[in-house]
Amino acid sequence: MRQLAEWLAAGPLVTDGAWGTELQNRGLAAGEVPDSWNLAHPERVEEVGAAYRQAGSRVILTNTFRSNPIALAGSGLEGETEAVNRAGVAISKKAAAGKALVFASIGPTGKLLVTGDVTPEAVRDAFTRQARALAEAGADALLIETMSDVEEARLALGAARETGLPVIVSFSFDSGRKHDRTMTGATPEQAARMAQEAGADGVGANCGAGPAAFAELFRRLRAACDLPVWLKPNAGLPGVSTSSEEFAASAAELLGAGASFVGGCCGTSPEFIRALAKRAGACVSS
Amino acid sequence: MSDFGGLYDAILNGDQKTSVALTKQALEEGVEPMDLIHRYMIPAMDEAGKRFECEDFFVPELLLAARAMKGALELLRPRLAASGAEPAGRVVIGTVKGDLHDIGKNLVSSMLEGGGFEVTDLGADVSPEKFVEAVRKTGAQIVCLSALLTVTMPAMKTTIEAFRQAGIRDQIKVLIGGAPVTEQYAHDIGADGYGGNAAVALARKIVAAS
Repeated sequence: MRQLAEWLAAGPLVTDGAWGTELQNRGLAAGEVPDSWNLAHPERVEEVGAAYRQAGSRVILTNTFRSNPIALAGSGLEGETEAVNRAGVAISKKAAAGKALVFASIGPTGKLLVTGDVTPEAVRDAFTRQARALAEAGADALLIETMSDVEEARLALGAARETGLPVIVSFSFDSGRKHDRTMTGATPEQAARMAQEAGADGVGANCGAGPAAFAELFRRLRAACDLPVWLKPNAGLPGVSTSSEEFAASAAELLGAGASFVGGCCGTSPEFIRALAKRAGACVSS
Repeated sequence: MSDFGGLYDAILNGDQKTSVALTKQALEEGVEPMDLIHRYMIPAMDEAGKRFECEDFFVPELLLAARAMKGALELLRPRLAASGAEPAGRVVIGTVKGDLHDIGKNLVSSMLEGGGFEVTDLGADVSPEKFVEAVRKTGAQIVCLSALLTVTMPAMKTTIEAFRQAGIRDQIKVLIGGAPVTEQYAHDIGADGYGGNAAVALARKIVAAS
């Protein structure tokens, strides 16, 4: 918590945008697991991180969203868990060039605990393995993101906290008519309370709806706990285009409202982050 | 004869053990499989669907209900086949190439099975060639494609293109679904329909119309 407060002392931080589409622009095929590029094409992954840093990201993530061994097993890369995660951190650190913090991304296993597809022990072990590799490679903090199930997030949080690094846990509120529930039905209040109880350093929302819907999510997360809030809205949904300026205007309002970290998820690019960083800079100086 | 209203509750509550035990008991007592399906099983799944619509149920509850239904249905299947009952329709389903997400796909698959469809589930990360092969083998009328990532959505288009090249596009209806998928996207890539929350109703409508 102290570490996070130090980073935030000068004000909220602009984070990065989507990586998957940026990697596709650099040749990632539809059938390829983006994380496998940490080993196959590290220089192209680094380009994405560097593009965000140059656009004004003060925090960049790692290309390790699917790099827990349960998710990697789906593409036969389970044995490469340590290598993929270590490489992911090394690449982003190089891209950050000391000018941005590197928060290492941890995504869901893709399996549901409630239906017995995986055991809590297996989930905990998978996240422990990933978190350890990310920490050993020198990540500044760990970001557990796009979570749906509060119990899975709790297991990930427990595993991540063992590394001693600051840990933020972020949920995807993409379900329900108002886009205020996760796929498993969790509310922002339930997510925030779990995060606080389980010792997270920050709580957040990412993916799901566009930035306008995030104002209400932010208000509810904020009211339910006193942790710093991390927000990464989508730029809209496929087929519903949002311009980088429209996105930046709503995202900057989230910063103004008191969010600690704001960036973008699906549909955003370095252009979106540049527009946001410009507005954020204007906010601070005015 | 006993009352098997408990089967309705067991399915709605996602209690597979009880749904299977009650179905076994019902069959032993000579209850007609079709009776069980129409009086308890389909109404239970319809109620689960309604609860999902009004946000009382979410994906896990629906998935558990579908599994309880499936467990019961598996006991009935040999008898239904023996009596010559035709499935509601034949479906091939899978998550497209490059996408490993299968929660949504499993849900739709289970719901379709619960709705009386014969479902061939190809799993996740399925190549266009595999889809084509499965349609040829099963004679499916419906193909359901799932993708959860914006980066894998283009594989839906590639798969539809593969059906066209194989000359089987006109024999099938292609339904697409998944978090980032929209009606507009379905239209853009030449799919026949988009299933938000109502895949089963959509599939029934298509079979009825064809």
